[in-house]
Amino acid sequence: MLILNEDQKMLQESARGFLESRSPVSALRKLRDDRSIDGFDRALWAEMAEMGWAGILVPEEHGGLGFGYVGAGILCEEMGRTLAASPFLSTSVMAATALRASGTLGHQQRWLPGIAGGRAIIAAAVDEGRVHDPAGTALAAERHGNGFLLRGSKAVVVDGHVADAFIVAARTAGAPGEKDGVTLFLVDAKAKGLSIERTIMLDSRNAASLQFDGVEATGADILGETDAGYPLLEVMLGAGRAGLAAELAGIAAESFGRTVSYLKERKQFGRTIGSFQALQHRAAHLFSEIEIVGSAVLNALQALDRDANTASLAVSVAKAKAASVARLAAQESVQMHGGIGMTDAVDIGLFMKRMQSASMLFGDVSFHADRVALARGF
Amino acid sequence: MTDLAAFRAETRAFLEANCPVSMRSPVRSDEDICWGGRNWRFQSDDQRLWMERMAARGWTVPTWPKAYGGGGLSHEEAKVLKEEMSAIGARQPLLSFGIWMLGPALLAFGNEAQKLEHLPRIARGEIRWCQGYSEPGAGSDLASLQTRAEDKGDHYEVTGQKIWTSYADKADWIFCLVRTNATAPKHLGISFLLFDMTSPGVTTRPITLISGKSPFCETFFDAVKVPKANLVGTLDRGWDIAKYLLTHEREMIGEGGSGLLGGRSPGQMATDAIGLDATGRLADPFLRADAAMAEVDALAFALTMDRYKDEAASGGRGVGDRSAILKYAGTELNKRNHELMMRAGGHEALEWEGQRSNDGSLPRAWLRTKANSIEGGTSEVMLDIIAKRLLQLPSA
Repeated sequence: MLILNEDQKMLQESARGFLESRSPVSALRKLRDDRSIDGFDRALWAEMAEMGWAGILVPEEHGGLGFGYVGAGILCEEMGRTLAASPFLSTSVMAATALRASGTLGHQQRWLPGIAGGRAIIAAAVDEGRVHDPAGTALAAERHGNGFLLRGSKAVVVDGHVADAFIVAARTAGAPGEKDGVTLFLVDAKAKGLSIERTIMLDSRNAASLQFDGVEATGADILGETDAGYPLLEVMLGAGRAGLAAELAGIAAESFGRTVSYLKERKQFGRTIGSFQALQHRAAHLFSEIEIVGSAVLNALQALDRDANTASLAVSVAKAKAASVARLAAQESVQMHGGIGMTDAVDIGLFMKRMQSASMLFGDVSFHADRVALARGF
Repeated sequence: MTDLAAFRAETRAFLEANCPVSMRSPVRSDEDICWGGRNWRFQSDDQRLWMERMAARGWTVPTWPKAYGGGGLSHEEAKVLKEEMSAIGARQPLLSFGIWMLGPALLAFGNEAQKLEHLPRIARGEIRWCQGYSEPGAGSDLASLQTRAEDKGDHYEVTGQKIWTSYADKADWIFCLVRTNATAPKHLGISFLLFDMTSPGVTTRPITLISGKSPFCETFFDAVKVPKANLVGTLDRGWDIAKYLLTHEREMIGEGGSGLLGGRSPGQMATDAIGLDATGRLADPFLRADAAMAEVDALAFALTMDRYKDEAASGGRGVGDRSAILKYAGTELNKRNHELMMRAGGHEALEWEGQRSNDGSLPRAWLRTKANSIEGGTSEVMLDIIAKRLLQLPSA
């Protein structure tokens, strides 16, 4: 059934209430304007952890809620609505997924309770180039004695500058472009030879570039299988993509909601501009598309809850649809606000910025439409 | 095994044993669809057998109550039946305006006698219905219709003209909107009547469309006598029924948006015509990019229909005015898909007559889809409904 159950509805309501009061858009604005070093509010993140959000995907035996992807997606969507800054996507969605799916008990015991408690931040270091391309992983993990030496670089590592550790996709065999030969390593942020440079992003989202100059790693640092880490990487990325799709749904819905309110308020030519059919039809079209996004996103989250290994088509449909509609929503929202929509003082432009980063991360519309076509035989 | 799993197993076995092999292939054209009715000539024994076997179980109308010829299935069971039918590629045993439109309206507004008289005959494919809504002067502005029904004591006398009456020349009965009060505001003087198309004074004239086919007619009523028992609901309050029925119609037309030709999407059809490159991608990159987005949109749209139905079935809000979203998005998608299929067909899709192209079935279907965003309320009317009723944007 493509509906939320009672627990999920309750989570949605409480999350919306909490975020509206504790992390409204003005909170992001303040982090940005104060040039916050962390880029998020650690005290607020601790509160979110206390409510169980940080460990929403962490199994109960490791101190989490084990609530599932529909719940995680609800939180992503609500955070998208208020543009909340937190390490939720990197740590609670992606890292928790990878650790849970890796089957490596040592790593699970080492990190999962910390994630659930809001104490550990773990970022996924995957992409290196201009666009998302996990198979293109080139960062080399060369065999060295009993272990490995990591050399190369990573870009747009979300929450990279505040992370305690990284899940790094590295090449242990094969050539960039091949799915075989990729291995995932857990690397401590303080590791020797690792330099981290914060990237100030357009949406004030936290990210970093990483440089690995012969960072040492051992077999014990490997998450999942050596040379065959790609399926686990895909599972981790699937969770991140679905989370971003949910966030984009929230961005689109909130941006649209604010715009409809503005259409009902703003007067020109002696009437509210929302009474002009030219604007009504564009708003109605956008609303239809946002309704459709909601279905695709919920379906992807439910598919992940059923089996994260087989959810790839559902996730790509959701990410492609959500990203294309959120773009339309952001553009229409600024246009319908008119000149005031171009000003930094009004929030609507902040949604456009968040839309852009959420769309690009872990595969843009083209990336996911390509996957959908391949899955459908063309 | 859960009840639903048991139902699935039983359904699968029934379909396996009872669905003739020739009824497990995609519908190629309108002629492959079984519409039923007094004048219906089955295309094959298989078509007849399939319809009769399903009707005997009430599965031509799975969710209608058994007392009226239906299958009495729950929403979940009906979904299972649909899934199992699509798993073996089974065609719908019977399609009709009776099933889509009049049936749901009678279930909601008809009296017991009307339900018992008409519903089982729809379920068994005995009576084929047509819809008398649009008039030459009442298209998008449907409520301004002028066909009038005068009270003649023991009957109504209907005079006027309808247009775009789908298959009026093939239908046995019509459900018809008529003006019964000329002085009341336009929405409050309309009634909903049922009558036999063989009644004296009824004539039909097919309209040839750009597709070369004639699925619609002009329909003329010259002092047609209609028994008073054939009024559905309350006199002068037929607009409520009309609106309810339009909601169903919009849902159904919208559903066509994900109903892919022969169960294959444009991208998949293009693959047959063009082939794949060495990386397994459709060898025309421009067409592929457009087809891929259409695929995304079609899959997401189909999920939206599922979601609305699931919400309604679980006691949440029904589809209601959101049928305008389904109608709008579904028909625009269907037009887009047919544009892509014409691109995939290339020069071959230019043939209009001849066996090779099944008498130009692709270009004719393409042209026919242009009406999708007009019939049952234009896309612009749908956007008006969404803007006013769902978004509460102010009137001019």
